[in-house]
Amino acid sequence: MARDAKKLTVLKPAKGSGKKAPRAAAPKAPASRAAVSKAPAPQAVSAFKPLVTHSDALPLDNELLLKMHDLMVKARALEERLIAMYKSGHGYFWIGGPGEEAFNVPLGLLIKKGQGPAFDFLHFHYRQSATFLAMGEEPLGALRQMKNTATDPYSGGRNFAGHFSKREWNLCPVSSPIEVQYAMAPGTALVQKRFGGDGISIVTGGDAGTAEGDFASCLVWSSRPGQELPVLILVTNNRWGISTPYGQVQGVERISDRGAAFGMRTKTIDGNDPISAYLELKEAFEYVRTERKPYLVEANVSRLYGHSSASGANFNTQEPDCIALFEEKLDAHGVLSKADAKKVHERYHEEMAELARQAKEEPMPEGDSIWNHVFFGEGPADPLPKG
Amino acid sequence: MANMAQAIRMALHYAEERLGVTDIFGEDVGPPLGGVFTCTQGLKTTWNSPLDERGIIGTAMGIALAGGRPVAEIQFCDYIYNTIDLLKLAGNTCWASNGQWNLPLVVMTPVGSGIRGSIYHSHSFDASATHIPGWKIVMPSTPYDAYGLMLAACREQNPVMFLIPKALMRAKGEEDIPGVPHEDKVLSKMIDAPLGDRSQWHAQWPDTGEVDVPIGKAKVVRPGSQVTVVSYGRTLPMCKKAADVLADEGLDAEVIDLRTLWPYDWPALKASIAKTGRVLFVNEDTEVTNFGEHLVRRTTDELFYQLLAPPKLLAGKFVPGIGLADPLEAASVPQPQDIENALRELVALQP
Repeated sequence: MARDAKKLTVLKPAKGSGKKAPRAAAPKAPASRAAVSKAPAPQAVSAFKPLVTHSDALPLDNELLLKMHDLMVKARALEERLIAMYKSGHGYFWIGGPGEEAFNVPLGLLIKKGQGPAFDFLHFHYRQSATFLAMGEEPLGALRQMKNTATDPYSGGRNFAGHFSKREWNLCPVSSPIEVQYAMAPGTALVQKRFGGDGISIVTGGDAGTAEGDFASCLVWSSRPGQELPVLILVTNNRWGISTPYGQVQGVERISDRGAAFGMRTKTIDGNDPISAYLELKEAFEYVRTERKPYLVEANVSRLYGHSSASGANFNTQEPDCIALFEEKLDAHGVLSKADAKKVHERYHEEMAELARQAKEEPMPEGDSIWNHVFFGEGPADPLPKG
Repeated sequence: MANMAQAIRMALHYAEERLGVTDIFGEDVGPPLGGVFTCTQGLKTTWNSPLDERGIIGTAMGIALAGGRPVAEIQFCDYIYNTIDLLKLAGNTCWASNGQWNLPLVVMTPVGSGIRGSIYHSHSFDASATHIPGWKIVMPSTPYDAYGLMLAACREQNPVMFLIPKALMRAKGEEDIPGVPHEDKVLSKMIDAPLGDRSQWHAQWPDTGEVDVPIGKAKVVRPGSQVTVVSYGRTLPMCKKAADVLADEGLDAEVIDLRTLWPYDWPALKASIAKTGRVLFVNEDTEVTNFGEHLVRRTTDELFYQLLAPPKLLAGKFVPGIGLADPLEAASVPQPQDIENALRELVALQP
């Protein structure tokens, strides 16, 4: 059964706001990818033109659809294993991105990964394990970070779950402040624009973090007249900031509209549909890569296990589950039966459980390793040795 | 002889020509102004940023992450406070990533009082800067050291905070920078932007050379035997002058210019304090949780039984700002007479 766009963009109303929260606008004109990818029409800058109308035919080939499904399930299984580790005392804190897989997986598949300005620079936030896995990262590292082992490849046991860093892929260290990545992205993009090639900077944050000044800094610095920068500015809007509903604290209906004031291309997309997300992101990627100018994409997503372990990390049945929705569609189109989809879930849950068992056996870092890497290129040394 | 602003400018020229500096930027840093203190006139990699300190620090971090080598300016340190968490992030990027990433960036900012700058152009930043691990922090008191420390900063693999005592921007030193014309007028004609239309102007850079002012090395600017005075930045020349005055009274003070606040030259301080048995630390930042308090603590910890008197700190009063009227500023930050008096009292103390 094909779903129409309206059904696919159903998300919860903002609780406590007293009215139903506005969602992505309906298309005003028939989608035309060719038209979108050519000269920008200023008046159309903020108009949401979905590239997918959810007709009976799926616009991506089966191989890609199955790959995206596989990665979405893999990422979900990883996050659920991380939560299980937290709940069984094998980690102090969990935060992650279950519910954002339909957006994060296509994003990861479109990234040009590598080291240096010829490749994409990544300024992620802490809900992007699905993006990282889609880029080809092994899940064991995330499990090690959850267990804060010395083998944690991203921080050596120093940082929270989901706080990745991988210099070989230009993945800049993810930090807990929710906004700082927006201030840094123009800097990497400036180097990339000067370098030439088609590498871009991709920065992701949530809707709550856009209230911080760094989001405005990103809009200002990436759109200086004549000095526009190749930044793909992403906002995953789950309509929550921990416990505070979006509609209670921000008055802008669509966050993407804020980019229009800076003359940049913008759109709000359905982040719960991987097909839509893939096509919308692809169009945005191509624009930023070739035009060397910014693009602001807001994706409406779900938050399926709450903000973090601090709010319980229990499954939220009130929000749409992008994997369940996708599996219904794949089943309806004969791409993947529900029975086969279930096998994918089972396989990854077993795999993650096994990897977690491995991570749990590994030691934490030694206390005196705190002096390592205070300064790059210098040996460990306590500057105030006692005795 | 170059003043400090000219010395910094020539160091930045050297750094963009030979040390790989890619971007020198900040508010009004590019043409036509070249910085509100003229430190960046005539340079080829300068540009004007939006009036956004967080954007300046964040962009500098991004440039450094992507392989560039930026020197970012915060116009006055009074305006750096809204970037504190980005400075913290820059300081922890290498550590948090377990050594994967480094940030070779320099942030320079004018600090301190002495130009009648009132509440928002007189603040110090050394106490706050030394609370942020992962940074190297320098503060010259002479044009020569400013030149050398800027070269060292632009060679660093780690973030460097370059604090410029704004009251000394126009001060001349005693040492010539190699290759710089000794005559002020000759140098000014070569590298100071003219008044009026500057659009066709280009600096004629002297062929300046290397100097050896490494990060982490203090300098004994006046040897002495009875008391050690440790200072940096604006108060350093005051300390030296006070020592000269007191020499006429038969008081022999050793004056040390710390130059680098982190990582600082403890062996040099330790040797001097062990020799004299008395030490006065002087700076103009507010005195509560002042960097000098740390130095007093370490002196007590490590040299207690060699001391002839309690280690002392002379610093700025713990008030919310530096008032504009002369008597207010004079009452807020150490004055030459205060330093002289503190030294007399310290030398008079007997165990």
